[in-house]
Formats: sequence, C-alpha cells, structure tokens
Amino acid sequence: MGNSFQNSNPWKKYLLIGLSMTWFVLLILVPVSGLVGKLAGLPITEILLSLRSKAAANAFLLTGKVTLITVVVNTVMGIIIAKVLVKQHFRGKLLIEGLIDLPFAISPVVAGFMIVILFGPYGWMGTWLETFGIKVVYSLPGIVIATIFVTLPFVAKEVIPVYKQFGVQSEEAAEVLGASKWQTFWWITLPSIKWGVIYGVTLVLARSLGEFGAVLVVSGNVINQTQTATLFIHQEFTDFNYTGAYAASLLVAAIAFTVLIVIQAITDRHKEN
Amino acid sequence: MTKHRSGDLVQRSLMFLYLGLLILLPIAAITVASLENGVTALWENITTRQALFALRLTLTTATIMMVINVVMGTLTAYVLVRYDFFGKSVVNALIDLPFAIPTVVTGIMLVILYGPNSVLGSFLSRNGIQVIFDKPGIIFALLFVTYPFVVRAVQPVLQNLSPDTADAARTLGASSLRIFFKVTLPALIPAILTGAALSFSRAIGEFGSIVVVSGNIPLKSQVAAVYIYGELESNNSQGAMGLSVVLLLISFLILIVLNFLQHRRERD
Repeated sequence: MGNSFQNSNPWKKYLLIGLSMTWFVLLILVPVSGLVGKLAGLPITEILLSLRSKAAANAFLLTGKVTLITVVVNTVMGIIIAKVLVKQHFRGKLLIEGLIDLPFAISPVVAGFMIVILFGPYGWMGTWLETFGIKVVYSLPGIVIATIFVTLPFVAKEVIPVYKQFGVQSEEAAEVLGASKWQTFWWITLPSIKWGVIYGVTLVLARSLGEFGAVLVVSGNVINQTQTATLFIHQEFTDFNYTGAYAASLLVAAIAFTVLIVIQAITDRHKEN
Repeated sequence: MTKHRSGDLVQRSLMFLYLGLLILLPIAAITVASLENGVTALWENITTRQALFALRLTLTTATIMMVINVVMGTLTAYVLVRYDFFGKSVVNALIDLPFAIPTVVTGIMLVILYGPNSVLGSFLSRNGIQVIFDKPGIIFALLFVTYPFVVRAVQPVLQNLSPDTADAARTLGASSLRIFFKVTLPALIPAILTGAALSFSRAIGEFGSIVVVSGNIPLKSQVAAVYIYGELESNNSQGAMGLSVVLLLISFLILIVLNFLQHRRERD
C-alpha cells in the first residue's frame, strides 16, 4: 500500500503523528513511568522487604490459585461455547450470542453484588449449597465465580471467528475421511483454532490477575484469607504503606503485560508465516 | 450420526447450564431482590439526591471521555495505519497496555502523578485546578482504561479499506481533508461507534481506578459504581439495588446497540 496514501504535504504527516503520539505519551506512558520512578529511587532491599510479608505472599498465592482455576474453566467452556455457536443451529441462538457479551458490559461492582445476592447466605443458590456445607461468598469459591464471570466472554469471543474461518471445513473433511470425534478435535480442530484460544487465554489471564471490583464485593477482603493481590495493593495504599503498594502494583502489572507482549509477538510471527 | 448428535446435545446443554448459572440466574436474582419492597421503594432508592448525583456524574464523565476518545482514538488508528515512523511497532504493541494494568494500579499511578504530594499536582492546585479527588481525575482515569477500545476497533477496518475510492477522489481533484471527511470517515463510522460504545459501557461501570482517584466525596466526586459499593459497605443492600438496576439497564441498552452495529457490519 503506502505510496498512494503518503500525502505530498509532510507537515500534515508530522502534525498528525506528533499529536497522536504526544497524547499517547502523556496519557499512558507518563503515569506508568511515574510508578516506575517511585520505585527506582528506592534501594532494592527495601522493595523486596515490602513484599516479604505474610499478607503479601498469601495475596499473590490466592491470586495465582484463582487465576489458574479461572483460566482452565473458561478455556474449556469458551471452546465448547464457540463450537456450539459456530456448528449448531437452534432457536434463540442470537440471544445467546448477545448474552455472552453481557459480562463485558456489566460493572464489576454490580457483578459482585449479583453473585452475593445469588450465592449469599439468603440467596437461592447460597441456601441450597449451604446444606452441603459449601460457603461461596466471603471465601475462595465466591472469588473464583466472580473472576470467571468477568472473564467469561474472552475465549469464546476470540475462538468463534477463527473457528468459522478455519475449523469447520477441515473438520468436515476429517470426518469424511473417517476420523473419530476425538481424533478430529485433537488433530484438526484444536490446531486450527489454536491462535484464537491462546489470545483468549492471555486476555483471561491479564484480567484475572487484575480484577478488583467484583472480587472486592464478593470476598470480604480478609487479610491472609480472602485478600487477592489487587485487594492487597489497595489496602497497602489506603494504609499509607506506599512502598508495598507500589512494588506489588508494578509486579502485577509487569506479569500481566509480559504475558500480553509475549503472546502478541508469537501471534505476529505466526501471522507472517 | 446419532452418536454425533448426542454429543452435540451434551455440549449444548453444558453451554446452557453454564450461561444459565453464571449469567441468567444472577440477573434474575437481582431483579427479584430489587422488586422485593415494590417498585416505589426501588424508585425512591434511585431518586435520592446522592444517587441521582452519582448517576449524572457517571454519565457526564463517561460522555466527555467518549468524545475525546473518539477523536484521539480515530486519529491514533489513522496514524498507525497510514504512516511509517520510528518506534511505530513499539507504540502499536503498547496500545494494549491499559488492558494489562489492573484498574487499582491505574488509580495509584494517577495519584502519584497528579496527587497533592506530586510536583505536577501541587503546581496545578496552586493554579486552581484540582485533578485528584475531583472530576478531572475521574476523566483521566476513564481515558486511561478505555484508551485501546476505539484504536483497536478502527485500526483493522482502516487497514482493509480499499484505497481505490480515495485515489479516485484524489484524481478528481478533491483535497485530502475533503477526502477524509467524505470518503474515509463514512466508511469508518460503524467501527468508531463500536469503539465508542465499548468504551462508554466500560466507563459507566468503572470502579477500581475511580475509587482510588476520586476520593469518593458524595455530591462532588462519587460515581455510580462507587456509590453502590458505599451502600454495600454500610450494609444497605436495598440502597445499592437502585443504581445497580439502572446500570444493568444501561448495559443491556449498549449491548443491543453493539449487536445492531455488528450485524450491520456483517451485512455490508
């Protein structure tokens, strides 16, 4: 492409690039560097010490646990949802497609509130589950459900278009050639939707690590028990323990961003091939 | 064949069960709970002075964010697609940064930058501009967390836009500004609206960054999501119900608009 777009007037080009990049730097990069700068001025031992507390370790451990469960559940269910919506025809399909987007549109606080109403001690599910001795709200299951809710659409949404484009035809060919259902899935379907799945998983991972509002409402925020990494950050910040808050902030953001960048690099290379 | 069909049925039932349990049941539960004390009680919860202020503040800050985002997002997408410049691939990768940063961390970063203890913050407040604990802080937070939406919605459409029509217009002597507004922009409108709707819906419900930045002062800097959280904190779930239902209804409305836009794009 290129040339026909390259306008003869270079001033316009530099003006537009300057304007958009200044905005990007001021809005995004300056705040990020501000956080990095706060920590850069401190001795490394002090930063590490601030993250060595039991509360910090437990918070990161809990976030890791929740993220792992969420990724597994939403990857499996996301692929199933995508498969059903691409390959099957049934009444109300359009409605289901709209329904899947809902968690994106609902405020995390409202999402958490809805889960408390449903799974809380007086809720429909809550009273039923309590007869089995299962406590959801203010404990791990509630945090997991909240995180699963806010990340529900990612995998399905990323897989559906890839599936439509590559999966269906090769699946039919494999079946004609006599492959069994599982053979078809492992050797044909999964490889063809791989990139959609990987990108979806990345988004689930990043959001699970960083979710705050829904988890705050559902968890009760009990230190060492139901406090996730983001809740820990918030607590440290409101308690004026700034070093701990900044260090934990940078750690969570760095993990999430590394995942995102690595995946983007892999996907880009794949697209070029 | 029958074996395949039964497998299909199992998967479909699993999907219905999953979506029913995680999405439909919670919505049904909050709907029933909100009507427990009657519609008038719910309406009174929505129309208290503090709730109405929070709702209005949410809508105005989200609208201001959306207008800025539409202009700057479209411009950024245009620059990234049409021009080559040093560092472009790095910028392109960093556009998604706000998706990776937890919202609480966004709030903390803005307090570091504009807070009363920072150089910039104290300079601005000496000149009568308060960012943190006030509306500008809320708008900055919203702009940060929604930054990728418009860019990422417009970018692929602009990339696939055939240069033929623009070339034809140029051959016929149209100025480049005229070409942009008469040829390029109309083709981008559905994508821009999609990005705008996504960022608006995100802004309406945003909590983490705002709760850190705004100071949550009732009738001054308290948005809807923070109001709801405040009511829940003080064990007043009926009070939280009103604005929750309003936010849910707005979410439904935006989703309908988004689906309409998507179907129009697929049809075109």
